[in-house]
Amino acid sequence: MRVALMAEFADAGQLLDAAYAARAAGYRRLEAYAPFAVPGLDEALRLPATLVPAFMLVFGILGAILGFALQVYLAAVDYPLNAGGRPDLSWPPFGLLAFEFAVLGAALAGFVGMLALNGLPRLHHPVFGVADFGRASQDRFFLALEPGDDTEAARRFLLGLEPLAVSEVADGLD
Amino acid sequence: MPSLDRGEPWLAPDQTDTRLSQELGDLATRPTPRGWWWGFGGSSLGALLLFGTALALFVAGVGLWGINTSVVWGFDITNYVWWIGIGNAGTLISAMLYLARQPWRASINRFAEAMTLFAALIAGLFPIMHMGRPYLFYWLAPYPSVMGVWPQFRSPLVWDMFAILIYILVSSLFWYTGLIPDFATLRDRAQGRWQAWVYGVLALGWRGSARHWQRYEQAYTVMAALAVPLVVSVHSVVGYDFSTSVMPGWRSTLFAPFFVVGAMFSGFAMVILITLILRAAFGLYAFITARHLEAMAKIVLAASLLMGYAYAMEVFIPWYTGNPDDGRAVAHNATGPYAPAYWGMWLCNVGVPQVLWWREARRNIAVLAWVAVLVCVGMWLERYVIVVSGLSQGFLPSQFRLYFPTFWDWSAWLGSLGFFLWLFFLFARFVPMVPIHELRRLAHEQKSEAS
Repeated sequence: MRVALMAEFADAGQLLDAAYAARAAGYRRLEAYAPFAVPGLDEALRLPATLVPAFMLVFGILGAILGFALQVYLAAVDYPLNAGGRPDLSWPPFGLLAFEFAVLGAALAGFVGMLALNGLPRLHHPVFGVADFGRASQDRFFLALEPGDDTEAARRFLLGLEPLAVSEVADGLD
Repeated sequence: MPSLDRGEPWLAPDQTDTRLSQELGDLATRPTPRGWWWGFGGSSLGALLLFGTALALFVAGVGLWGINTSVVWGFDITNYVWWIGIGNAGTLISAMLYLARQPWRASINRFAEAMTLFAALIAGLFPIMHMGRPYLFYWLAPYPSVMGVWPQFRSPLVWDMFAILIYILVSSLFWYTGLIPDFATLRDRAQGRWQAWVYGVLALGWRGSARHWQRYEQAYTVMAALAVPLVVSVHSVVGYDFSTSVMPGWRSTLFAPFFVVGAMFSGFAMVILITLILRAAFGLYAFITARHLEAMAKIVLAASLLMGYAYAMEVFIPWYTGNPDDGRAVAHNATGPYAPAYWGMWLCNVGVPQVLWWREARRNIAVLAWVAVLVCVGMWLERYVIVVSGLSQGFLPSQFRLYFPTFWDWSAWLGSLGFFLWLFFLFARFVPMVPIHELRRLAHEQKSEAS
């Protein structure tokens, strides 16, 4: 069974310093928890770029194509309707709903994609077992790492960062 | 976020994450205050009035209203445009200020977005109530029916149905995305089992990990970037509902941008009003400062100048083109039976906001509250003039008719206000009305800027 160690800090600045120190010490399986989006935390942990914007782009384009195709099929193919002698495929008025469907597709992809990539909804997770972790959504900052072979060395390393506490996460970070 | 102007901070420097979480989180989780019950009870009566009106209307038909064969749109469409205008502003405000990196947005965006959702929902009720056979409203949707026909996709009324539906969906997603981290705060501060359970489910298991936040920020930013053109398109379509018809004075080149600015104008006025009320009722003085009010007042002033420009163009173009029917429509507005509404619109929307040129007025709560109320009234009058005065004199003199509202017109209007308040009381009681995580970030950034 993999265990992880988690250090608790009172301040976002300390968390950033700790993240840089952990990377410098060679730890690769790192995670941080904070009550707001701390600027610079992505770089400190060297998080890879996310897929969320790509999702939104793809589904936005799909939405536009589907919305446009729906109108063309219904208004020009399945039931051609002569409105003021215009051609059946009078495309400019269809552009507006194509745009609306593009926004709907992108927004749904952003919402669902963000949750899915985050593995949510998942109401329980091993990190919730850490004492005080409830404050990660309020006023405390946590750095977690998987120590590899030498748990004691990792614990000494985290204690060296002068945290408020170091705890163990029973089932790892995943 | 760089602050452009000097002056007092957006957030008192002694605010810590602990205090923010406690004070703002407890607004939703503490025991229900007595005053809330009074407000909730009172607004329930208003909501009942709206649903009673709707019931009477569905039983007896639209003949209950003061509309006639010429003025086919009365209070109902006036209310619709007024509510959707207010409904458009919240997302516009929140998304636009987010993209413009305006730090003061954090204090007001949550309830501006709530205002948007509730107003857009109410706005959607009016066109349905307005249909002679409201139980057939689903005919607007393209579904395979035995009749074998489809909606007319070249009609702005069909665009409107999709635009508003999609707008409500996207605004809900935007609002809920922003709420997830705050629901997590409430989950972790819950006082009692059922609170922990309800907020726990709503938070979807949010852990606040760095990866969560990274994806959250990207999704939220792109949604904001999409919300701004979406809002512009939605209210433009409302303008097209009018301007693609052939009534004199309903001008297709002017109405779309004119309606969009009007939406922002009335929406900001409503946000100021709601801000002042919530700030006093919940003691949010530490989070919503005089500087916030001043920033909002400046935007109202700018929008009021744009409104003045649009009203002036409505007079100038008929004169410049020499179109006699358009000229007659202007004269009918300004001197006809609806002249009080027309001049009231000029006074409330262009005249009154000019006091906001003075710094003292922008920071005076009584002045701001009056300006906000009068702008909301003025924007309602504007839609009334467009709808009722516009329809009462078309091209055929034999078809000139006047419109007189009945009891049921007024009850639908007042009931919709009551229903709006009712929804807002529920929101203020159970949902964190200020985005706590954004204020934590603001406090952090103010601190790193200072050091």
